[in-house]
Amino acid sequence: MTINWQEFTPIASLIGGAILGLSAVSLIIFKGRIAGISGIVGALMQFQNTPKDHYLWRILFLSGLIGSYQIYSILFGATTIEINTSSIELVIAGLLVGFGTRMGSGCTSGHGVCGLGRLSTRSLVATLSFMTSGFIVCHLLLNWIN
Amino acid sequence: MKNLLTFITGLGFGIGLIISGMTNPAKVIGFLDLFGQWDPSLMFVMMGAIFVTFFGFKFIEKRKVTYFKESLHLSGKTHINKDLVVGSILFGAGWAMAGLCPGPALVALGSGNQKAIIFVVAMLAGMYIHDHPYRKSFSESSV
Repeated sequence: MTINWQEFTPIASLIGGAILGLSAVSLIIFKGRIAGISGIVGALMQFQNTPKDHYLWRILFLSGLIGSYQIYSILFGATTIEINTSSIELVIAGLLVGFGTRMGSGCTSGHGVCGLGRLSTRSLVATLSFMTSGFIVCHLLLNWIN
Repeated sequence: MKNLLTFITGLGFGIGLIISGMTNPAKVIGFLDLFGQWDPSLMFVMMGAIFVTFFGFKFIEKRKVTYFKESLHLSGKTHINKDLVVGSILFGAGWAMAGLCPGPALVALGSGNQKAIIFVVAMLAGMYIHDHPYRKSFSESSV
């Protein structure tokens, strides 16, 4: 393991992390909800027996999230989004991410940011599982398969 | 007012992700490539975020209601089961393939990036497959 100092952005990443943490805290303070993206998206596709106020806050939160790129671009200029994965691999990856986050009840935001902040052992197990799996699969893909 | 605040929290979450660099899949893969030229940035994103959520959740859990005096929807689940671990492993595999997890994928979708659109459609399909047909046919054995 060697550190890639050229790509390493500790300050921007710390600040960005604190801003998204502050947003997660705002959602629980103002709306009483956990900022777990996979849970919020998944619940939108629960078409039956939904309680009152099931859709509105989720749609509002996700609109802000999806709109953030355009608003950021207007304020500070465009940012890089570089996806080097082939379309077929993206389909497999998307299916795995969608299925896996629902099966494991959370993703990097719900378990990683909110759950770890609440010192949940369950979220720690989930985070260690997807991090370890991510490290291994990334290593295999970069060194053995492609 | 509450609706506007909910929209702003989503917006803030996205802008935080952009500033942190995590909406660029190439950078996320740089973090997951632990044994290669490793970019530890994502760890700093987690540290910055968890530092804030730790104190934020401590405060709100003591207060027990929202600012608007409504109830909190917090997960009380503590059990660790096979679904949690297997689901997270599958998620990690997909995350490493594309360098995208649900939050950054939706921000990237907002940029109009075609590959992000493909990923998000597949992700929605994966969620639907889990929540609908799969759960129904396996509900008896998954207790």
